[in-house]
Amino acid sequence: MTATQQHTTGRVNGIISNLVLVEVDGPVGQNEICFIQHGETSLMAEVIKVMGDKAYVQVFESTRGLRPGMEVRFEGHMLEATFGPGILSCNYDGLMHDLSTMSGIFLQRGDYTSALDLEKEWAFEPLAKAGDEATAAHWLGQVDENGIAHKIMVPFKMKGRYTIAEVMPAGNYKVQDTIAVLKDERGTEYKVSMLQKFPVKQAVKAYREKPRPFQLLETGVRTIDTLNPMVEGGTGFIPGPFGSGKTVLQHAISKQAEADIVIVAACGERANEVVDLFVEFPELEDPWTGRKLMERTTIIANTSNMPVAAREASVYTAMSIAEYYRSMGLKVLLLADSTSRWAQALREMSNRMEELPGPDAFPMDLPAIVSNFYARAGYVYLNNGKTGSITFIGTVSPAGGNLKEPVTESTKKVARCFYALSQSRADSKRYPAIDPIESYSKYLEYPELQRVLNEQIEEGWTEKVNELKNILLRGKEAAEQINILGDDGVSIDTHLVFWRSEVVDEIILQQNAFDEVDARTPMDRQQFLVNKVLEVVATPLSFEGYEEINPYFKRVINAMKQMNYSEFESDAFNQNMKELEDTLAERKQAN
Amino acid sequence: MPTAFQRIYTKLEEITKATCTVRATDVGYEELATVNGQLAQVVKIMGDEVTLQVFAGTEGVPTDAEVVFLGKAPSLKVSEALAGRFFNAYGDPIDGGPKVEGDEQEIGGPSVNPVRRKQPSELITTGIAGIDLNNTLVTGQKIPFFADPDQPFNQVMATVALRTAADRIVLGGIGLTNDDYLYFKSVFENAGALHRIVSFVNTTEDPTVERLLVPDMALTAAEYFAVEKKEKVLVLLTDMTLYADALSIVSNRMDQIPSKDSMPGSLYSDLAKLYEKAVQFDDGGSITIVAVTTLSGGDITHAIPDNTGYITEGQLFLRRDTDIGKVIVDPFRSLSRLKQLVIGKKTREDHPQVMNAAVRLYADAANARTKLENGFELTDYDERTLEFAREYSDKLLAIDVNIDTDKMLDTAWQLFAAHFSKAEVGIKQSLTDQYWPENQ
Ligand SMILES: Nc1ncnc2c1ncn2[C@@H]1O[C@H](COP(=O)(O)OP(=O)(O)OP(=O)(O)O)[C@@H](O)[C@H]1O
Ligand SMILES: [Mg+2]
Repeated sequence: MTATQQHTTGRVNGIISNLVLVEVDGPVGQNEICFIQHGETSLMAEVIKVMGDKAYVQVFESTRGLRPGMEVRFEGHMLEATFGPGILSCNYDGLMHDLSTMSGIFLQRGDYTSALDLEKEWAFEPLAKAGDEATAAHWLGQVDENGIAHKIMVPFKMKGRYTIAEVMPAGNYKVQDTIAVLKDERGTEYKVSMLQKFPVKQAVKAYREKPRPFQLLETGVRTIDTLNPMVEGGTGFIPGPFGSGKTVLQHAISKQAEADIVIVAACGERANEVVDLFVEFPELEDPWTGRKLMERTTIIANTSNMPVAAREASVYTAMSIAEYYRSMGLKVLLLADSTSRWAQALREMSNRMEELPGPDAFPMDLPAIVSNFYARAGYVYLNNGKTGSITFIGTVSPAGGNLKEPVTESTKKVARCFYALSQSRADSKRYPAIDPIESYSKYLEYPELQRVLNEQIEEGWTEKVNELKNILLRGKEAAEQINILGDDGVSIDTHLVFWRSEVVDEIILQQNAFDEVDARTPMDRQQFLVNKVLEVVATPLSFEGYEEINPYFKRVINAMKQMNYSEFESDAFNQNMKELEDTLAERKQAN
Repeated sequence: MPTAFQRIYTKLEEITKATCTVRATDVGYEELATVNGQLAQVVKIMGDEVTLQVFAGTEGVPTDAEVVFLGKAPSLKVSEALAGRFFNAYGDPIDGGPKVEGDEQEIGGPSVNPVRRKQPSELITTGIAGIDLNNTLVTGQKIPFFADPDQPFNQVMATVALRTAADRIVLGGIGLTNDDYLYFKSVFENAGALHRIVSFVNTTEDPTVERLLVPDMALTAAEYFAVEKKEKVLVLLTDMTLYADALSIVSNRMDQIPSKDSMPGSLYSDLAKLYEKAVQFDDGGSITIVAVTTLSGGDITHAIPDNTGYITEGQLFLRRDTDIGKVIVDPFRSLSRLKQLVIGKKTREDHPQVMNAAVRLYADAANARTKLENGFELTDYDERTLEFAREYSDKLLAIDVNIDTDKMLDTAWQLFAAHFSKAEVGIKQSLTDQYWPENQ
């Protein structure tokens, strides 16, 4: 596969911001990568349009100082991710260059570092043997990467069927060493190493089947797990105006979710937020394995001040890495913050190319681009019968907080979970500000998932979840009535309906992401809480007048909040539970 | 004084309000030039057609104007000598002093590698409780005031600047009125702080497009002091709305398709490039940006404040509280995103909960006020929240308050105890046990 090709070359002819027009002397492909020679450095760029002998390329760097006549060399391939052991714990830019091996404090143009440590030796164990049949993504062997069995696979680019001629014996190898030799039908031999490359904009399709997802993906966030659950291999999005808590929520999910691998794409957002991850993840523990969070995580950091074209690439790079690990039979969680910045990058380019604009000047094909991207997630049966998944959750930053805009609308059509953050909830510090009424998880309607929930948590669980939703809905209606008619214009029952929904809101929905205990609620504790809350809500209480209700429920809520802040079943927890029982007893109707 | 390297052309092909086009070769993208003696920058190259953006506008530029390419991007000479000086958008002195010598730095340079940043963790105190208590600032943060044009944002910003322990203050004045320019000058002078301050000022009397250079000039100077001198630098940018307006004028002239509110589609990236210069370096140096974004009619969904909000680490709102007749920092809409890095850690442990409880009770007061306005009867609890809100506003939120953070917390506890029961306040028991003033 390394046959030397004739490279097409060209010369810079025009420059508008990071769009460069190149006159070429040979064939070029759409999305082909090229390098512009600028003095000592070469700047990476991608072909985004070809007209006759003119190629329009978007440069992944600042174009300051570029001039007409500069030489351009085309690479003959598209933008590729580099796969192999050593990706985990790495911090990459949007093009998968290792940020930590770059020199200097400031990012230098053209400082393209290797994605993998080429010198490091890995203890390889063969899984396949000579004579075995193999196709792309077939497991040839494995190495231990941070406690994860990292499968070494037949490169995804290899089409057709092969026979394994040789697999190297167990031992230490560098990523570029040959670990197997494959033979095609004509007897041609191919050497395979632990390193392979694959175009980021192409989906890895080396699996047998993609069924509907059916397993709960626990996140520890109550309003998600209990009310609108995410599933392994599911898709969801979090739209919300600025400051409503998208990033805090995504970070919580990335820390707590039951996943083998977490890939975080910081796409055009703040550098300080990525630094939070750099600082916290090496310290924090993965609640599922007890290892450090960083060991299961890869961060793609293409922050807002980094070049716009690389921002567009970053989400694809992240998805590509996710597909690589899914092919190993792992549960991968992919998070992108924010997909709107990616769409804006597309908009900037399409604008510069003077394409006919769609709504809000976004490119016409935005819905198709978004939909193709989300379609790459999913739960799969691999060719060897094992399963793997990519769960994808993206944030959306709608202009002016208005959900009637192209990115939100395009995403809503394809993502199955909708976690809408509401400005008014954020304003009243009801975090996470997921609107319990607007939001949904379509998976909750899947009988497959319902069955799993009722088996794994408890019989009748999904009915309880629906009951909670009804309580919230009725509470909202009661609140509206009270607002219109006044406290004394409605019955005591209406007040009770309202305050019961407040119990659900304050105790189940609201969760302090910065409190050590409250931040993550394991499923057994969520089960306890749901039952407790339903019990409280079902307790018949008697009041003389509506004035008594508010202070009373404040006490109930306070006792339960204290429980949420205490270790499950600790002394403090039990004490607050007793306080709750006593409070309930005060007003309990004898029946 | 053209040198041997400079190429001179005298035939303009096209002139628009802000740009002109000339046929020229071997010109670099973003290179500086002079057109008819006015500074200009290359914004587009197509073959040998070079489009220049003329900062002062193209009024009076003839087709035979002399175009001289300078062979470099816009730059600033940086050295200690910048301190105490006032410059225009090009970095030329406007205070009658000499030109500054130093290392020539291109403005708008590369960004910091995210893995080389340090997590901001150093508290900035201002004495204003609406900031220190509710919206604590941290070095390396970027945060704007969202203010209506008639609010005293420049005064508040000057106060904040002078009260913080910054080693260096860099003022980027973007379309400042002459009065405000003189105001800043005299406040800094009177405080004896001039030696700590560097100013780049474009006033309303200067050409609009020139403004585009001001933030980059200010941030280049800031980077010098933060990187080379390891100083804690505070950058003040006022008014970023005028910066964005200038951006839209230019993109309009370049025939770009506008997106929302006739702003360029790249507004987010353009603003982010500036604001993301805020950074905490490993060795103690830092750049903190406090900006002003004026609103029109309080509308924060307009593209300028909206994009800003998506970039900055929170925002501060000023509001006149008619109950107490003072300007306060609005606790509802203001937010410092980085506060959780320091509150309860660099400040007293009860800080986070006290802050939240107070804001929650203040929100209850707002509800009570709505009820009152709608003619409903108030409960006893409602009455108490209203009393609380008034005192909270007066003793803590007002911008004329100047006390330290412990005192702010003590004050809040006193207000809680004076008006509410412990359950109503709802703070973690271990904290209530320790801080609740029992002798009320
Ligand atoms: N679960 C939570 N618990 C406590 N505070 C929260 C929670 N979620 C959000 N916040 C508060 O809201 C602030 C803003 O949240 P966040 O940065 O996640 O917003 P965002 O939606 O990502 O905004 P942007 O679109 O501007 O990036 C946080 O800094 C924090 O103060
Ligand atoms: Mg965010």
